[in-house]
Amino acid sequence: MQIFSCPFCGPRPEPEFHFGGDLGNDRPGPDCTAEAWAEYLHFRNNPRGTAEEIWLHVPCGELFAMRRDTVTMAADPGRALGGQP
Amino acid sequence: MTRHYSAFSLLKEGLASQKGWMKAWESPEPKPRYDMVIVGGGGHGLATAYYLAKRHGITDVAVVEKGWLGGGNTGRNTTVVRSNYFFPESVRLYDMALKLYEGLSRELNYNIMLSQRGMISLAHTPAEMEMAARVVNAMQINGTDAELFGPEDVKRVLPIYNFGPKARYPALGGVWQGRSGTARHDAVAWGYARAASRLGVHILQRCEVTEFLVEGGRCRGVVTSRGTIRAEKVGLAVAGHSSQMAAKAGFRLPITSYALQACVSEPVKPILDTVVLSPGAGTYASQSDKGEMVVGGGLDRIPSYGQRGNLPVLETVLSGLVEMFPAFRQLNLMRQWAGIVDVVPDSSPILGESPLPGLYLNCGWGTGGFKAIPAGGVLLAHLMATGQHHDISRPFDLDRFMTGRLIDEAAGSGIAH
Repeated sequence: MQIFSCPFCGPRPEPEFHFGGDLGNDRPGPDCTAEAWAEYLHFRNNPRGTAEEIWLHVPCGELFAMRRDTVTMAADPGRALGGQP
Repeated sequence: MTRHYSAFSLLKEGLASQKGWMKAWESPEPKPRYDMVIVGGGGHGLATAYYLAKRHGITDVAVVEKGWLGGGNTGRNTTVVRSNYFFPESVRLYDMALKLYEGLSRELNYNIMLSQRGMISLAHTPAEMEMAARVVNAMQINGTDAELFGPEDVKRVLPIYNFGPKARYPALGGVWQGRSGTARHDAVAWGYARAASRLGVHILQRCEVTEFLVEGGRCRGVVTSRGTIRAEKVGLAVAGHSSQMAAKAGFRLPITSYALQACVSEPVKPILDTVVLSPGAGTYASQSDKGEMVVGGGLDRIPSYGQRGNLPVLETVLSGLVEMFPAFRQLNLMRQWAGIVDVVPDSSPILGESPLPGLYLNCGWGTGGFKAIPAGGVLLAHLMATGQHHDISRPFDLDRFMTGRLIDEAAGSGIAH
């Protein structure tokens, strides 16, 4: 069982977490091109090694940022997202 | 030397102390240039090379593989072949694969041990029965075999199932596809490798691609750990590592890589003679020819390149298994492993030219690549040889993510992938 650390609730077991995609995958404006919308909606970094990701801690409902290694599965403690979502 | 496999050659070599067999495939040194290079020596890559040589007469082909043949997902899947999909595009694709599998042992002169033992996708609730009826109708309209099973039919094919009054997963029926079954996964890779090598294809193992040669905006070959190899066209069939290769070629893919686990029990006498899938319990199982129970389920929900897998999903899979088959509580597990699968938002593969001209994609099969190997090979070979889509591969082009014309098979295939 992997332990992830929610910035609000502390270390919790992995079934409580839900993957939320790449950090920095910001939603483009309504007048964007079809390609830009497809990039946002479907295309992913999917890195091998260090990944910067958004995760959801389901019990508290908070989204947060986490740096993780996708090979070793080592995960840094989650960080609260700054500013507006 | 004996090359052809037959009862006669077995007898002949048996009398000659088995010393006259030719190597199944050659291991030549890489040439500096080929007409075509395939990256990835799993089932899809080897099948592509075979069909390039067999159907298109293009024999100046190399398959480059960073590890050993079939050491990735080809050797890690649970060997199930089936075509019980929902959408017409998918059924055409997967039924093409199943039909090719049906003649493959003879075509390759290599026994892939295809066993069309039938597969039942169970329904545990009235709502699931309605969905099962819908899938059966769709499959029949799309021209593949499907039958709607009721409780008596399930009792007939799964006598050891838990039909007790307190069963957590009562079997109301399900979708039956009689042509589904299993095939020896290693044999599929080895059979294609042997047949391709015989037609002149170079199979280069321990040859890792480090970058792509790009000249004039086109892919002109690959730089590998065994030297630079130039080629007119390059095909990519690397499953869970497609995003890594795409990054080297300068583009992204709509793929997330996840670990998919499986495990096998100790071997026991024959007790389960079909493939059984329960989407509700999140478990599927079949019994191998050696007698092991081969068990799998859904994805680990954490993107991963570590070929291991985590406990929560394994617990779901195994608790589902022992609920459905209480007799299996006595089984000891022998091995557990994971493969890295390339999951696409609509759970359908990606076939077509990549954003880098001259580089062709065969990826996105997710948890279901093994069953599609012959079709993936035929279609990628067609794309590379003609530069055009085959009618069956056109709907699966990368452009569907721009146009929004997705083929969402998450529901059709049972276990989400």
